[in-house]
Amino acid sequence: MMNWDMTDEEKLLKVSAANFFREKMPINHLRRIRDTNDPLGFPREAWQDMASLGWTGILIDEDHGGLNFGFRGLGLILEAAGRQLAATPLLSTVAGASRLLQKNANLEQKETLLPAIAAGETIIALAHDEGQHHGQDISTHATLQGGKYVIQGRKSLVLDAALADQILVLARTDQGLGWFLVPHKTQGLQWEHFRLIDGRPAAHLSLQRVEVPASARIGTMKDATASYEDLRNACAVGLATEMLGAATAAFEMTLAYLKERKQFGVAIGTFQALQHRMANLYCELEVSRSVVQRALAALDEDHAKTTVFASLAKGKLNDVMHAVATESIQLHGGIGMTDEHNIGFFLKRSRINNELFGSASFHRDRYAKALEF
Amino acid sequence: MLQDFRAEVRQWLEANCPASMRTPTMEEEEVWGGRKEQFKNPESKVWLERMAAKGWTAPEWPKAYGGGGLKPQEALILKEEMQRLGCRPPLLSFGIWMLGPVLLQYGTEEQKKKHLPEIVQGKVRWCQGYSEPAAGSDLASLQTRAELVGDQFIINGSKVWTSYADSSDWIFCLVRTDPNAGKQQGISFMLIDMNQPGVKAEPIRLISGASPFCEVFFSDAKTSKDNLIGPLNGGWQIAKALLTHERQAISEINKKASELPLEIQAKHKLPTRNGQLADEHFRQRLAAWHMDNTAFEWTLEREMSLQKAGHSPGAASSMFKLYGTELNKRKYELMMEVSGFQSLIWEGAGDEKDRQATRDWLRSKGNSIEGGTSEIQLNVIAKRVLGLP
Ligand SMILES: Cc1cc2nc3c(=O)[nH]c(=O)nc-3n(C[C@H](O)[C@H](O)[C@H](O)COP(=O)(O)OP(=O)(O)OC[C@H]3O[C@@H](n4cnc5c(N)ncnc54)[C@H](O)[C@@H]3O)c2cc1C
Repeated sequence: MMNWDMTDEEKLLKVSAANFFREKMPINHLRRIRDTNDPLGFPREAWQDMASLGWTGILIDEDHGGLNFGFRGLGLILEAAGRQLAATPLLSTVAGASRLLQKNANLEQKETLLPAIAAGETIIALAHDEGQHHGQDISTHATLQGGKYVIQGRKSLVLDAALADQILVLARTDQGLGWFLVPHKTQGLQWEHFRLIDGRPAAHLSLQRVEVPASARIGTMKDATASYEDLRNACAVGLATEMLGAATAAFEMTLAYLKERKQFGVAIGTFQALQHRMANLYCELEVSRSVVQRALAALDEDHAKTTVFASLAKGKLNDVMHAVATESIQLHGGIGMTDEHNIGFFLKRSRINNELFGSASFHRDRYAKALEF
Repeated sequence: MLQDFRAEVRQWLEANCPASMRTPTMEEEEVWGGRKEQFKNPESKVWLERMAAKGWTAPEWPKAYGGGGLKPQEALILKEEMQRLGCRPPLLSFGIWMLGPVLLQYGTEEQKKKHLPEIVQGKVRWCQGYSEPAAGSDLASLQTRAELVGDQFIINGSKVWTSYADSSDWIFCLVRTDPNAGKQQGISFMLIDMNQPGVKAEPIRLISGASPFCEVFFSDAKTSKDNLIGPLNGGWQIAKALLTHERQAISEINKKASELPLEIQAKHKLPTRNGQLADEHFRQRLAAWHMDNTAFEWTLEREMSLQKAGHSPGAASSMFKLYGTELNKRKYELMMEVSGFQSLIWEGAGDEKDRQATRDWLRSKGNSIEGGTSEIQLNVIAKRVLGLP
């Protein structure tokens, strides 16, 4: 049986994460990013702050300047971020890249990259998806020519695109899939910048004969399918954790509103039709918390069923966050439809997170496959 | 320490659990105890006696009342080791699930000494007299009367939907002892011996064909005033505490160990393509149920560890009751789809197991009614957990 209780260290981390996001990155921060058309979408100083708290190195071993605290710890931070809808590079750089590098990079790559991530000097964006949906075939390819890889292809929806120092690109090679670390300034990278529905910047990326040295390939020449699966698990669980935080926050905002808003001379929370909807959502949030906690622990344990647990967590949170977000607007009535009210941001974020790293039906399929039915 | 205990338990179970008690329980071989118990399989009697002698039919109850005196951690180990060996539960019992816990909390020393050991040993079978024809969800409007005459209560009225009343020995009952007090204030909780002329139980047939529940009539039935639990007119508190235990017990309803996992059944009975269920729509719904079911089991586990850390169960039992029973209903719906034509046969053809599955499907509809309906659980969550007005 897994240990469901929090250690004292975890309890402290939870409190400091909650304080950090409440003070430094409340929901209005997201609104400001949108309204000022902020090109980066995230303040670099905040990344430094996170680094000094040890968060950017939370998955990195101590020899490379990290805390080696694991995903259970990272989860506490992501959940607190989710509550404030703070979208940080923790997902790409820490949950994704730092885990990938820690597990797959060669010694030299670890020496240069891991301490830089832990120190907050390097932000790494992930460029894996292509087409309109997560999980579509990878057609971007990298060919070895005279000791260099030449990469050609197109990547969709790269988060932290403008902010990142390096891009981790997934491409097909003669030896299966491979990950390539491409500096942001490399020739041949063409960005198509846009704004996501919640106001954050992101970009499509096309790679036109991008040349990188052979040493840019992460780890060995081996097929990276397994490390891609692991990255998908890690990011799916990371996102699910943010979604748990966000859904919980939206639920609490709505619950407070039901107690305060009066119609027909009584608080609308008196109406049973609304009470039952809230009670159902409450139960869904409780089981969501269990699947997220279990999946976070599985990533730390490298559990044999990590794929099952990760797809369960992301699949469930896709449905639950969507349900909470849509119900939250409905139960707020007209005010819920206004841009001025924050509740709408939760619906927008839910739509975004549902697509990233796999939709609910994608994960049900993946879950069933992993369990062989 | 716990490691030693596990080894000890394992050894004892290996030595003492009869061979046929290591196979899944057939419905007709279930043991509910009491004076009318017939032990269709004689080994089940041996199994019950051995387990009862150790107090392991109620592992966490104090030894003084016949229980096992185990700590929660140890009880968990016992449960795990029984699962590992595939042991049948030696005794199914409303006494253990519902009455015992409230007697431990509210009973006098004499009451505990008298009733708890008989429950542990399966000597007395209990049923639950709560619902009445006009008092279901609105339980506190119950009308069955009990009047104190000398040192006996005289009871008149009737109860309905009383599960297994016709095979039980005693009934724990909610009765009105003060008709002039407010609804909740005039109720008492008392124990009544059913083996007397003033008590009659008449079976009612369910849609699943079986008749496990009854209407119970009291006409000048008697019980000693020693059988009043808690204060006179103070029964409502006890009634609610018992419901918490009942709900927790019902919420585990979907863990029927004897069944093949649903996805395995589906792969046997439905068309597959490349080792995968070919009907993608069904497969998605099965996966969704499977995910929710796993999520629910983890949530029970998580809540248990919270409770160990001092979190009180209370209203959480409503969530588990609601979620567990709704999941169980979904499971049986999927199972019927898996069985197809086979699931339509009541009698005459087909496999006994499939016919039972159809009856279980019908029976599962009662899960979200018994022990308080799903709507009532939602009310409890909204008010007690979420604090809605
Ligand atoms: C298989 C089975 C076994 C049972 N065993 C026992 C037993 O052993 N002992 C015992 O005492 N009882 C037993 N019961 C009875 C059970 O507790 C009651 O059936 C249950 O509490 C509902 O009461 P009711 O049947 O009168 O339905 P009603 O209360 O009349 O409910 C009818 C419908 O109205 C809804 N409703 C009622 N009030 C509200 C409200 N305030 N808000 C929203 N919706 C509401 C209900 O949810 C339900 O959908 C058993 C029932 C079943 C099905």
